[in-house]
Amino acid sequence: MKRRDFLKAAGGGALVAATTSGTAQARPNKEPPANAVGMLYDSTLCVGCQACMTECKKINGMPPEQAFGDDMWDSPADLSEKTLNIIKLYRDGDGSVKDRETDGFAFVKRHCQHCVDAGCVSVCPVTAMRKDAKTGIVTHHEDVCIGCRYCVYACPYNVPKYEFSKADGQIRKCQFCNQAGVERIDQGLLPGCVEVCPTGASLFGTYSDLKAEAERRVALQPGENTVYPRGMLNPGSGGYAQPGLPPHEKPAPQYQPEVFGDADDSGGTQVLHIAAVPFQKLGLPDLPERSFAARSETVQHTIYGGAVLPIAALAGLVYAARRSTVGKQEGDDSTGGQQS
Amino acid sequence: MSQHQPVGGRVLTLPVLIFGTLFLVALWILAQRFAFGLGAVTNLNNGYPWGVWVVYDIVIGTAFGCGGLALALTVYVMNRGEYHPLVRPAVLASLFGYALGGASAFFDMGRYWNFYNIFIPSNMNLGSVMLEVGLCVFAYVIILAIEAAPPVLEKFGMKSALAKLNRVLFVVIALGVLLPLMHQSSLGSLLIAAGDKVHPLWQANEMLPLLALVSAIAMGFSIVIFEASLSALGLKHPLDRPLLASMAPIIVGLLAVFLAVRFGELLLAGKLGYVFSSGGLSLALLVETALFAFPLVVLLNPANRQRAKLLFVAALALLLAGAVWRMNAFLIGFQPGAGYSYFPSTQELLVTLGLVAFEVMAFIVIVKMFPIFKGHGQQAA
Ligand code: SF4
Ligand code: SF4
Ligand code: SF4
Repeated sequence: MKRRDFLKAAGGGALVAATTSGTAQARPNKEPPANAVGMLYDSTLCVGCQACMTECKKINGMPPEQAFGDDMWDSPADLSEKTLNIIKLYRDGDGSVKDRETDGFAFVKRHCQHCVDAGCVSVCPVTAMRKDAKTGIVTHHEDVCIGCRYCVYACPYNVPKYEFSKADGQIRKCQFCNQAGVERIDQGLLPGCVEVCPTGASLFGTYSDLKAEAERRVALQPGENTVYPRGMLNPGSGGYAQPGLPPHEKPAPQYQPEVFGDADDSGGTQVLHIAAVPFQKLGLPDLPERSFAARSETVQHTIYGGAVLPIAALAGLVYAARRSTVGKQEGDDSTGGQQS
Repeated sequence: MSQHQPVGGRVLTLPVLIFGTLFLVALWILAQRFAFGLGAVTNLNNGYPWGVWVVYDIVIGTAFGCGGLALALTVYVMNRGEYHPLVRPAVLASLFGYALGGASAFFDMGRYWNFYNIFIPSNMNLGSVMLEVGLCVFAYVIILAIEAAPPVLEKFGMKSALAKLNRVLFVVIALGVLLPLMHQSSLGSLLIAAGDKVHPLWQANEMLPLLALVSAIAMGFSIVIFEASLSALGLKHPLDRPLLASMAPIIVGLLAVFLAVRFGELLLAGKLGYVFSSGGLSLALLVETALFAFPLVVLLNPANRQRAKLLFVAALALLLAGAVWRMNAFLIGFQPGAGYSYFPSTQELLVTLGLVAFEVMAFIVIVKMFPIFKGHGQQAA
């Protein structure tokens, strides 16, 4: 029995591979591009008019949905392959006062978060989810998508939606109004939902500007008068010159102290949220600091980095298989080995 | 010459006809899937985008197809030639398991006509576990087909092809070990990216590839015992009991590793609290763990290993255990959030049933017509 030979060969190879490929190189969370665009959704400014939902449907060519039966208006229950953007309602007790956690209500806008370290981009086998190197916008490319729905399975925000009801269904998600054929950002326009927002609850800007603005707002004293821009924050910033409605001034509400979409939310999201009600109540997930994508890719790269480990293992296996087949083979049947 | 012989006998028996009918039903449902879309025949939705076709046919089905791997590891890597008579039937069964897994992946794919993109280097995402699984399973089906070719070549007397194949066979065999080691571990890694959507009792993160691999190899040995026992019974073929029994210690070792890693991870990650506090999921964990513990306890006792029935039941329990762990991790413990639910439709289940029926039917037909089993009657039982 020459098992030890094999174990030596394979073990030695694997050891060399493990040490040279640097097993310990964990992939950190990704960083946003320098000129990344973003959106800030301020729940306290949202009046629930759903103009953004209507405009989103218009731009993306999507029909109204009647999730609750015979309604008179577009009434989706959640994001779907026909609804890429939805204003949802949080309600507690008698729901009497806006932006109050108990006995109150609040709005939340849900669509693709355009994650900095996007799970959908990380898992897609064929690069059908792409994060733009300049804007950081995550677009989908159905011309290469195989429809495996791993992006649907893995997105922490349940955003990508596959059209199960069609024979040639595709994945649908908000692409920040910048997919081929729409390209609003590239043309110097605002995202549709931002353009129609009457209060500035959805605000466009560069990611870094918006983060600073979000942090400024949550630090405000409740009641303190402050200016709220509409359309784009700091027009011209990052080279994105966008017109918008004039700003308005009003007293600040009592914000939650945190900004949702910070780097400590799994690397952050280019769509930021601030609100008066805790984010988990609004249905936003509580994510760990390290992104699931980083964790998954670290495992893949540890095992497959440079194909070193598989090749070393193959060498050991070829050696072992050759030893146990060749020489016992004369007149033997094909699958090698010895006759018993 | 080979001592393998066709089992012989009538090919169109009643079971074969029944299995064939079930397969036709599956084909009919699949025709509707292609004509009207996945939603027409499945209960899949955008909270549960993966259903039984992914989890049973691919994730569990290919683990059931690890008999070929288990034997290649023993016969060729550990150089234990005495297991050789089991190789051909195991390779054939693996080929079916994997080919059907591959076929399921194809008809489950929402945009199957774009499938070729996984082979285009500029489109490949090397960080994607799905890419690794897709390419690796595809390559392994080809390797299995080559490994399964000798009986066909023998039957049709293609001696020179056989001789050529024999000369490179060791490379094929080596790949036949490496590839399943790679994708069976990756099938576990698929869950890592889903993060919190996989319940903490099953989200074992970095331990997932190890758990998936160890359990798949154990399932490979179990399926060899299972198939050998069943075909001995059904095809009136002698059973080499001591040979099967000698696999038990390996299974025991793998099971011990699996359970140690499984519960070690829960302990070290501080998740033991979930074991009893997770309602229905606690029950799912209990069933799963009992199914893993049963074969461990039974096979620890050397006397039990010699009892054909107990060995068979232990192997069956282990196969179920591996299947339940996968089902729990991918589906039952998958929590996309409020508003989503999934239970497979009748059509989904009928397709899965039809594919399994096809597998069994084709296996029976082929072993009757081709030299797969070692000469019957001459072998000591
Ligand atoms: S929210 Fe989901 S779909 Fe959008 S970028 Fe993040 S992972 Fe991708
Ligand atoms: S469904 Fe399409 S976009 Fe999503 S992961 Fe699969 S191939 Fe990529
Ligand atoms: S950015 Fe465009 S696609 Fe995205 S939610 Fe707004 S309108 Fe819809």
